[in-house]
Amino acid sequence: MPKQYSAPGSQGKGERDMSAQFMQYLLTGLTVGAIYALVALGFSIIFNASHVINFAQGEFVMIGGMVTMSLAGTGLPYLLAIPLAVVAAALVGLALEKFAVEPARGASVVTLIIITIGASIFLRGLAMLVWDKKLHALKPFTGDTPIAVAGATILPQSLWVLGVTLVIVLALTWFFSRTLFGKAILATSHNRLAAELVGINVRMVLFFSFGLSAALGAIAGILIAPITLTSYDVGVMLGLKGFAAAILGGLGSGIGAVIGGLALGVAEIMSAGYLSSAYKDAIAFVIMLAVLFFMPSGLFGKRGGERI
Amino acid sequence: MMLEVEGLGSHYGRIPALKGIDLHVGAGELVALVGANGAGKTTLLRALSGVQPVSAGRVRFEGADITTAVPDKRVRLGIVQVPEGRQVFGPLSVEDNLRLGAYLRSEAEAAQGLERVYAMFPVLKQKRREPAGALSGGQQQMLAMGRGLMALPKLLLLDEPSMGLAPKLVEEIFACVRALKADSTTIFLVDQNARAALAVADRAYVLETGRVVLAGSGAELLEDEQVKEAYLGL
Repeated sequence: MPKQYSAPGSQGKGERDMSAQFMQYLLTGLTVGAIYALVALGFSIIFNASHVINFAQGEFVMIGGMVTMSLAGTGLPYLLAIPLAVVAAALVGLALEKFAVEPARGASVVTLIIITIGASIFLRGLAMLVWDKKLHALKPFTGDTPIAVAGATILPQSLWVLGVTLVIVLALTWFFSRTLFGKAILATSHNRLAAELVGINVRMVLFFSFGLSAALGAIAGILIAPITLTSYDVGVMLGLKGFAAAILGGLGSGIGAVIGGLALGVAEIMSAGYLSSAYKDAIAFVIMLAVLFFMPSGLFGKRGGERI
Repeated sequence: MMLEVEGLGSHYGRIPALKGIDLHVGAGELVALVGANGAGKTTLLRALSGVQPVSAGRVRFEGADITTAVPDKRVRLGIVQVPEGRQVFGPLSVEDNLRLGAYLRSEAEAAQGLERVYAMFPVLKQKRREPAGALSGGQQQMLAMGRGLMALPKLLLLDEPSMGLAPKLVEEIFACVRALKADSTTIFLVDQNARAALAVADRAYVLETGRVVLAGSGAELLEDEQVKEAYLGL
C-alpha cells in the first residue's frame, strides 16, 4: 500500500511537540501545493494564449497518472512509462485544441470555456471505459522509507514532487525569458493583434500552449499518484484546486500560479491539521471566493481589468 | 506594380466598412490615404495585413494573389504594418520588442536590423533594457516603427504614425518617413494629419465611408477645393 499522509493528531498530541507538528504540516502542504502549482501553471499558460479557462486541465492530470499506471503494469520501467504518459497527455491536449477549440475559432470565450467543460466530461467518461472506476496505486519512484527532517518526516516521493516542480519552474522561466518562441508567446498574450502583425503564428501559439499545459498537468498527476492514488475522476478535484490556486495567484501570472499553489496547499493542510480535516476541501473554495470578492486580480495578476 | 487592390470589401458583422476599394501602390512610391474618422482607413490596412476578414475583391502583391493569405505569410512576403496606437508589447523590453519584429527573419538579419534601428532612433538604444510600456508616447511610436523595420518590409503600412504626438515629434516622425522613402522603401501611409501626409506623398487617395472618392498626386490633392475644405480646414 502506498503511504498516505495521515493527520499526525492520530498519534496523540503529547508525543510530538508543536514545532515538529507544524513542520510536518508545512512539508505536506508544500508537497500538495507543488502539485496545485503545476496544475495552475497549465491554467495560466492556456489563459494567456487565449483568455480561455481550460476546464479539461484536471483530465490531463488524470491521464498522466492512469497511463503511467497502465504502462508500468505491463512491466515497463518508469524511465520509459513516465515520458510516454506525458507525451500521451500532450497529444490529447493538442488534439483537444485541434478538434474542439480551433474549429470554434472566433467564437466567444464563454463558448470556448463550455467546450472545454464538455471535453473534460468526455475524457473522464472515456477514462472510465478504458480503465475502470477503481482506485489505482502507483509505486513510489524511489522507495517509501520516510526521511526525518527537523522532527518531521517526509516521503522520498515528496522530494520528487518538490524537486521536479522546481526544475519545471526554472525551465519555464528560462523558456519564457530567453527563447524567441517563449517571448512570442508572451507577446501574443499581451497583444494578439500586434503579435500577428510581426508575423507570429498565433494559432500555433495556442496549439503549443495546449500541448505544454497538458504535459504539465500529466507530470503533476504522475508525481502525486504514488501519494494519493489515482482514478478516472482524480482530475475533478485536482483541476478545481489548481484553478483556485491560479485565481489566488492571479490568472495568467506564472509566479502567481506557483505561489498560489504552494500557499493553497499549505493553507489546506494546516487547516485540516489544526481545525478539522472535514473541511480540507472547502478551504480551497473559501479562499477562491474570498479572492474573487476582495482581490479579483489575485496576488500577482494584472490590476484593474482590461475592459474598456 | 507592388500592391494592387481590386474591389475590396469588408464587413463588421453586417455593417460594411469597405465597399469596393480599388487602388495600387508602385515600387518605391509613397502613397497616402486620407479620410475622416470611420472612413475605413484602419480597416483597409488591417485587411491588407490579413487580420481583418475580406468579403469581396482581390489583393495582389508583386503579382501574386494574397487575398486569403494568413498574416504571417504576408509578413514573410514583406508586407509589414506599424499599427495605429503603437501597440508595443508593454511588459517586454524595448530590445525584445525589436527582436520580435524580426520574428520571421534570421539571427543575422535581426542583428543588422537592430543596428539600423538604433542608428535611426538612438533613444531606443539608451532604453533598450526598459519595458516598452515605460516609454513616452513619442518613443513608443519610434519603437513601433523600429519594430516594423526589423521585419525588413518591402511595403510598409503606416497607420496614424503621428496621432497624439506633440508637433515637434510629428515633425520627427515625418522626417523619418521621408528618410525611409529616400531609402527606397515603399510606403502606404494613413494619417489624420492630411496636410503633412499629402505634402510628403507621391500620390494619395481620399477615402469616404468605405469608398475611394478622389485620387491624385499629393500636390494636386493639396490644391483640391474639396480636400481643402474637408480635411485641411481651409
